[in-house]
Amino acid sequence: IRLPVFSSAHAHFICKMAAVQGGLVDAVEEKTIKSEPVADATANNSANDARAPSSSPGSGVSPGVNKPAAGAAEDQQTLLAVLQFLRKNNLSESVEILRREAGLPEDSLDQKGGDSTGTGLGGPEADGRTDAGSLLSRVTVSSSAPSKAVAEDQPDVNVVLSAYSQQGDPALYEVYYSGLKKFIETVLDCHRAELSQVFYPLFVHMYLELVYNNHENKAKAFFEKFSGDQECYYQDDLRVLCSLTKKEHMRGNETLLDFRTSKFVLRISRDSYQLLKRHLQERQNNQIWNIIQEHLYIDIFDGMPRSKGQIDAMSGSLAGEAKREANKAKVYYGLLKEPEIELPLDDEDEEAENEEGKPKKKKPKKDNMGSKSKKQDPNAPSQTRIPLPELKDSDKLDKIMNMKEATKRIRLGPDNLPSICFYSFLNAYQGLTAVDLTDDSSLIAGGFADSTVRVWSVTPKKLRKVKSAADLNMIDKESDDVLERIMDEKTASESKILYGHSGPVYGISFSPDRNYLLSSSEDGTIRLWSLQTFTCLVGYKGHNYPVWDTQFSPHGYYFVSGGHDRVARLWATDHYQPLRMFSGHLADITCTRFHPNSNYVVTGSSDRTIRLWDVLNGNCVRIFTGHKGPIHALAFSPNGKFLASGATDGRVLLWDIGHGLMVGELKGHTDTIYSLRFSRDSEILASGSMDNTVRLWDATKAFDLETDDFTAATGHIHLQDNSQELLLGSYMTKSTPVIHLHFTRRNLLLAAGGYNP
Amino acid sequence: MAEERRQKQCSVTLPTESMKAIAESIGVGQLQEESCTALSEEVSYRIKEIAQDALKFMHHGKRRKLTTSDIDNALKLKNVEPLYGFQSQEFIPFRFASGGGRELHFYEEKEVDLSDIINTPLPRVPLDVSLKAHWLSIDGTQPSIPENPPPVPKEQQKVESTEPLKVVKPGQEEDGSIQAKGQGAAQSDGKGKDKGLIRLKPRSTHELSVEQQLYYKEITEACVGSCEAKRAEALQSIATDPGLYQMLPRFSTFISEGVRVNVVQNNLALLIYLMRMVKALMDNPTLYLEKYLHELIPAVVTCIVSKQLCLRPDVDNHWALRDFAARLMAQSCKTFSTTTNNIQSRITKTFTKSWLDDKTQWTTRYGCIAGLAELGPDVIKTLILPRLTVEGARIKAVMEGPVISNIDKIGADHVQSLLLKHCASVIAKLRPQPDVVDQYRTDYGYLGPMLCSHVMKARTQAALQAQQVNRTTLTITQPRPTLTVSQSGLSGSTGPRTPSIIKVPSSLALMSQRPGTPSQPSPPATKYIVMATSSGAASTQQVITLSSSQSASPVTTSVHSATSALQPLVKLDSGGSTGLTASRPLQKYIVVSLPPSASSSLEPKSTVIPTPIPSASLDGGLKLERSDSPGVRTQSPH
Repeated sequence: IRLPVFSSAHAHFICKMAAVQGGLVDAVEEKTIKSEPVADATANNSANDARAPSSSPGSGVSPGVNKPAAGAAEDQQTLLAVLQFLRKNNLSESVEILRREAGLPEDSLDQKGGDSTGTGLGGPEADGRTDAGSLLSRVTVSSSAPSKAVAEDQPDVNVVLSAYSQQGDPALYEVYYSGLKKFIETVLDCHRAELSQVFYPLFVHMYLELVYNNHENKAKAFFEKFSGDQECYYQDDLRVLCSLTKKEHMRGNETLLDFRTSKFVLRISRDSYQLLKRHLQERQNNQIWNIIQEHLYIDIFDGMPRSKGQIDAMSGSLAGEAKREANKAKVYYGLLKEPEIELPLDDEDEEAENEEGKPKKKKPKKDNMGSKSKKQDPNAPSQTRIPLPELKDSDKLDKIMNMKEATKRIRLGPDNLPSICFYSFLNAYQGLTAVDLTDDSSLIAGGFADSTVRVWSVTPKKLRKVKSAADLNMIDKESDDVLERIMDEKTASESKILYGHSGPVYGISFSPDRNYLLSSSEDGTIRLWSLQTFTCLVGYKGHNYPVWDTQFSPHGYYFVSGGHDRVARLWATDHYQPLRMFSGHLADITCTRFHPNSNYVVTGSSDRTIRLWDVLNGNCVRIFTGHKGPIHALAFSPNGKFLASGATDGRVLLWDIGHGLMVGELKGHTDTIYSLRFSRDSEILASGSMDNTVRLWDATKAFDLETDDFTAATGHIHLQDNSQELLLGSYMTKSTPVIHLHFTRRNLLLAAGGYNP
Repeated sequence: MAEERRQKQCSVTLPTESMKAIAESIGVGQLQEESCTALSEEVSYRIKEIAQDALKFMHHGKRRKLTTSDIDNALKLKNVEPLYGFQSQEFIPFRFASGGGRELHFYEEKEVDLSDIINTPLPRVPLDVSLKAHWLSIDGTQPSIPENPPPVPKEQQKVESTEPLKVVKPGQEEDGSIQAKGQGAAQSDGKGKDKGLIRLKPRSTHELSVEQQLYYKEITEACVGSCEAKRAEALQSIATDPGLYQMLPRFSTFISEGVRVNVVQNNLALLIYLMRMVKALMDNPTLYLEKYLHELIPAVVTCIVSKQLCLRPDVDNHWALRDFAARLMAQSCKTFSTTTNNIQSRITKTFTKSWLDDKTQWTTRYGCIAGLAELGPDVIKTLILPRLTVEGARIKAVMEGPVISNIDKIGADHVQSLLLKHCASVIAKLRPQPDVVDQYRTDYGYLGPMLCSHVMKARTQAALQAQQVNRTTLTITQPRPTLTVSQSGLSGSTGPRTPSIIKVPSSLALMSQRPGTPSQPSPPATKYIVMATSSGAASTQQVITLSSSQSASPVTTSVHSATSALQPLVKLDSGGSTGLTASRPLQKYIVVSLPPSASSSLEPKSTVIPTPIPSASLDGGLKLERSDSPGVRTQSPH
């Protein structure tokens, strides 16, 4: 029974791939395999109910499917290629299914429908599907970069590339390009900046065409002549491009295929576009016109053309700007209601009465910190939008602790900067690759290039293991201090080393309850460690390539991971298969973060975009472009409204999630930003960088702006260059890159990094 | 510009010759030119691809340097077997040689004596990762603790001294604050005004905090006080403390005034202390001294060439001070000389001018020669060697002529030994092998025969060393390698060996900053000797000092020091009195190994008896030890 499931899923993946190749890049490709998290029945009953209705339309509603006509012809072509491939590999059943579905292209994109008709029943099927999902992760990889799995000769690559086979006179390319250049340089100033956006994609595609058609010398000459004109932030891509001089090289090159498979998105005002169109038609410049039509997606808007500054702020990503409609979906960025827990006044007897985690409006008497979240935020998702684990007693205790600490919290501001305590990792020999601190700042963990994970206690409380099973039997289980008794005093030490990975550990994350630790590594696995026994509990395999980052959900249980295979995965700790796969990035996913309400996941990538994914249905609901380098740091503001991102370009960008807009840019760092963190009350944003500095920014001021409807509608942003006013402080370490930042519950800033003598 | 460079990078491919060479190495001869081109293009492309992937690993490894493991990982990504075992100790594993129009890269494979490896103690296990917390900022201000960088980095000190208008608030981005200032002019909120003020009035160095004033008082008192232990601590503090920037002008004035006064009063001890302060200041890697050279250099030069530095020039060892100051001068020439300030050439001119003057006294003459000689073999070759004949005649006149004054005689004696010491090694390198005494006499006049014997000794010593490299290095430097090797070899590893961070960077930086200055006292030793097993370090000291004191004993007559404060330093010359050295605790041995003892130790050898240790080797060995001596000395009282 397995094989059919397998192959049908396979077919779907390929369909999806086809869709991607056809140019329907946005939301469509973000479909992921679905499987229900088989969680505790009790917890999930209500959740499943809540989900049932929304999951079926989920993919159909996606905003991106609104122009199937444009890519239809190409779609057909790619589908044929896929069929050819399947037949060649004797996957006849898949061929059947695919063919059947090819008749209904809308449906073929909806995997849910297809699957359930294919095999029927619920439980086992879900398992089978996730199984297939992981098995096929490589195929998914290739959905964004088909060539990756295509080291051998495969027809579909040729299909993909064949679009380049249109033959023009190679000698004329330079003429065409410089003709256009001349034209754009002479147009009115207001249009020039907009039209200049065309240069880069045009340049790339023309160059690739030359290379594809074996005009190596012409291509080189073309590159040399015009590469200098391109915006400086495309340098990295140009570097890749220039090493590519032969048709054979095109096969395996990911960057190139990204270019081909995804249409470069440009946002141009109608006037400018008309100008360009008229010019090209007058000149009969079909070569360029063809490229624009085939490889570019021009998002035309009405109104004033944008200025150079506005364009530069948004461009820089591998595939141009995000389309406007990509950021239109509603995002529930509000926070979930805090489960109501009474502050223990004298003794703690409320544990018993407040059994379930749902707030019951019991005794709203004390005006505590949780009070502000009592009103339902209109932007918050419903409490049961995704099933969340029930609060355990220990969690409640922790929340109480948190509230108590919160009352002692320092109010920060421009005149009241936080103190910074720096944890240096000595003798790390440049091998420190990841750091995380628990929310209560009691434990610190480091991931190292030598495959180890080390955990330190930064409080006087030492780390102890649980006693062995034999010893545990001897314990009186009725005693009050049983939790204390199960710990083995002999193993107490300040730090513990966790061995298990076979490659550098790039991502590390504590669970909110401090019982678990996640680590992701170059070896392609994510490991879950118990902090009770200090042993590895699970190795999650799914990414076949290095996993760059992983993070626990703020509510525990779920975690997200992303890596070189360009797919972010959502996992639950008790499933060895991913629950969701978020695919759509065009290059490595470099960092992953959970939204404070656990309903969304944000990923940053080497393709210089940031994507926000809905955990519920796997849709990509936001695409943020504007960074000029791979993104290495992300942070949500504690109120869930804003996002800060940092990249190798040394800039921090601030995003309004609700409106899907960039709202600020913080310049100052001179090297990659590896860590970002908001203070507990969002007043201060701290950023830590490879340039050995911690910088503090005035977040209140940065976000203190009105977003008018016009800006929200058009997406035209006006950023004022006020980084210097917002910069509240900059603190240099001696020689330690800052790779992690953390605000304690009382708003003391902790920073960490490996000392490089 | 950048564009051009990029394009060049792009079109770079491996030369076809490499392809041929590689093909030949695996037994494929006669590779066609076309195949070579095709191969080289393909290989270049793949290499670039892998390098780009490796960069990703570097970024995620949070490093700035690409390592071999990154490349391994990138290969793994491409499903290629990584290169196992490519873990070179050095950054570039092969050597380069050229000659006869051919260029050659080769792996250096030295023959290794197994017994040496077996006998050398095992290197220490690298320390385990540890966690250390410190305050980076307290309520928004960065405390000046050793764990934090100096409040004003050297670059900024430089900017401040060269372009005082560009002064920025510490911790603020340079161009940024200027921008902000531009805005500050327009908008008059408090912050903008604040910055505007700073711009109008460059940072004044007048205000020192109370703590700083106290510190300054303590330090200066300790530096010139009578307690050697305190002085050692004070000097160490000057040499390592990162936050002295604001006090630098005061220190500078203190030194220059101090020298001015004490030269007049002929207070040798104080002059020595002040010179040690200069040295400590120069050793501090966080200070930007350029601004204060106009005060420091005259002071140092004074100590080199002044006619009289002590009350009784016939007995006091002011020669040591001159040597020390000359070395300081050489060091500052090396570090601070630029095309704009021309320190080296100006200094050279000054020295040469007064040396050429016939009326110059022997003391000044000695200082000039020492100052020139310390500047390196090139200077010796071009400026000193041609004058050997003239100088020899002058010495002869004093030595063999009618006795005019004892002081002159001692001076001439010192000049002679100084010349012999410095010139012998240079001549040994310059002149062809057969050392004929007569020839030397014709070439160098009076000093010829002595030079000849010195050169011969230098040669034999060099030959001896070449023969038994291992032996000598083992015996002489054995205890030191455990210090130095572990520092440089394991690079990052040793520094952190000490629990505190501060010691590491400063010392390491020092090592890298001024690597090849053998004649300078090497600063890092200061710390490491303490850390190392004291017995090891001390024992070598002992060996060397013993030998030098032996050799020194025949000549010098013991004299009482002028003041009690001078004791340790002046004694060292008179330290020939073996009874004294024996009875005193260890530290006295170390004190004996000061520079003057070295120079004086050579003196008898030339004239009196062949000492057990050949002079050249001793010279080298001593230099090593001598270079450490200030550091050792500072530590000794502990």
